[in-house]
Amino acid sequence: MADNPQRTIAAARPLSPHLTIYRWPMTMATSILHRITGVGLAVGAIVLAWWLVSISNGPEGWQSFHAVSDTPIGLLVLFGLTWALVYHFLNGVRHLAWDLGYGFPKQTAERNSVVILALSVVLAIAIFALAWTGNGGYLQ
Amino acid sequence: MTTAKTPLHKVEGTGSSHSGTGHFWHQRVSAVALIPLSLWFLYAMLGLAGTSEVSALQYLAHPWNALLMGAFVLFSLYHAYLGLQVVIDDYIHTAGMKILLLLVRLLAVLLVGGVSLFAIIRIAAL
Repeated sequence: MADNPQRTIAAARPLSPHLTIYRWPMTMATSILHRITGVGLAVGAIVLAWWLVSISNGPEGWQSFHAVSDTPIGLLVLFGLTWALVYHFLNGVRHLAWDLGYGFPKQTAERNSVVILALSVVLAIAIFALAWTGNGGYLQ
Repeated sequence: MTTAKTPLHKVEGTGSSHSGTGHFWHQRVSAVALIPLSLWFLYAMLGLAGTSEVSALQYLAHPWNALLMGAFVLFSLYHAYLGLQVVIDDYIHTAGMKILLLLVRLLAVLLVGGVSLFAIIRIAAL
């Protein structure tokens, strides 16, 4: 019942080239990235839950989190999540604008795809640079 | 006009998906709610970067911040719950695997949400 009855037939048929042959438009790349960062952020919710639990466990809990998050791999994951949040945020706002009917012309969508991609990287680096140079931590 | 729809079905206006545009709409509403919540979250994370657990405890123990963190967790997970369904719908084509993954997604979201909220309440009560 669960098997797709078309599967065996479909496998034998030639498939017209699509993903592998055409140059990716920017809108396609940003759309795929929106999905990837979304799934990444869903996994990131586990990190946030762990962080909250570690705080609720007092000093030892806090240290157990930082023993992992302060390693190069831990920082890389945190940077990746920061970028994913910034990117998904910016592109998500564009999706809401699209839902309201704005920004559909091809050139406009291609152009602000580049802007969103570049801005997300710049902002993610800026956030980490602020924390690194001691400009974070203002909630002492 | 001839139609196969029952009067009840016509009134509900939900079509063959039985939920109409509910999924789409909830995705957008949670997205809009997450605009200010994400900005607050980034502000709070940067503000707590490089501080001690005492700062994090005191900040999150404040009722407003506990509420904002709780709202951020809830809206994020609901948004993720809806988004992951679209991903599973798009890529998984066998009924059994689809049902399994949708259930795993539901339980994972409930677990992560429950643990997060419990921790937030525990911090606020400390």
